[in-house]
Amino acid sequence: MSEDSIYIARNSAIAARALAGEMMVMNSADSTFFTLNEVATTIFQAADGKTPLSEIVRDHICEEFDVDPQQAQADARQFVNELSAHGILLVSSQPLASETI
Amino acid sequence: MTSTSRKTACVEIGKIPIALSTTDQTFLDLLQRRYEGFLSSSRPEFELEFDLISEGLATDDDVRVSREGGEWNLKRGDFHACWNPSTGRGKVRQNPNPYSLDSVLRIMHSLILAERGGFLLHAASAICEGRAYLFSGVSGAGKTTMTRLAPSDVTLLTDEISYVRPNEDGYSAFGTPFSGELAKAGENCAAPIACLFFLAQGPENHVDELPSTEAVRRLMRNILFFAEDHGLVEKLFATACDFVSRIPIRRLTFYPDAKVWDEIRNFNGVPQHV
Repeated sequence: MSEDSIYIARNSAIAARALAGEMMVMNSADSTFFTLNEVATTIFQAADGKTPLSEIVRDHICEEFDVDPQQAQADARQFVNELSAHGILLVSSQPLASETI
Repeated sequence: MTSTSRKTACVEIGKIPIALSTTDQTFLDLLQRRYEGFLSSSRPEFELEFDLISEGLATDDDVRVSREGGEWNLKRGDFHACWNPSTGRGKVRQNPNPYSLDSVLRIMHSLILAERGGFLLHAASAICEGRAYLFSGVSGAGKTTMTRLAPSDVTLLTDEISYVRPNEDGYSAFGTPFSGELAKAGENCAAPIACLFFLAQGPENHVDELPSTEAVRRLMRNILFFAEDHGLVEKLFATACDFVSRIPIRRLTFYPDAKVWDEIRNFNGVPQHV
């Protein structure tokens, strides 16, 4: 999948809370916890199932964090893979319908 | 045809009165002795009918708590209970031993509290100068030791299971009859919580701050919750985050002698997690 055709959405079993400037997420299926850094939080919050990952990185990451676009895309892809492996994000080559989320 | 009348005792823990009824006088005597100090004449919010069975032993087998429709089912080797929060009524079939009874009540309170923004915590708690302090940690961390070292003017709420409910300004801790190694019920009273300490034993006493995310992790790890229910687990997570933002959470390393209570008495922390 190219970044242009990667769509990400938050898993409905995930609960998230901002606490003291950090985003804490919990997978309620197995009660595992993760703390997201600022960049990861931005991607997590923008994961609406409709916006391609490439657009999220371009409009949010590059804009807000002043990073090299190519590097940002690669880092975002790695981050999405990690969160997907933990069941926090759903990844698809098609936009994800709201009932899926 | 004969009919056997049910006899009832109302047990009020954390200001939640629950009527327990049975046809067995011996069992009634047992629960009245066990929950002496927590017996109440309040109008019960919930009612549990007990039917006693001889089979099934109190075990450490995993308890299974699930919701079917509007009804909770609680199952373990020594008991099977069903309870409907909407009607407030439930039935329990259990072995007549007090450990099964404690377990059923603890699970029921954990479900009620989760809905109401509170929780049961694996922690000792006590009131000192009008403020409640909670001491949590793994077995052997020092919960019972802290209660044993408490000066005479300190009121023990529990040495094992703390009962936490939200109040207007933060959270309060209530006494419970659920005891651990101390084998002594807590006092039936409550106070606003001043601090939750996570315990560790060391060569000297000191209090350290905990990052907020670590505080939430530790808190969630020590909350007693048995139900397979995503919605309630998420609600508990929200409660844990709120608790951490409103109540000071610290790591208390202590050398087990009475001086540790000077640290508690002098503690004047504020939540650092807002």
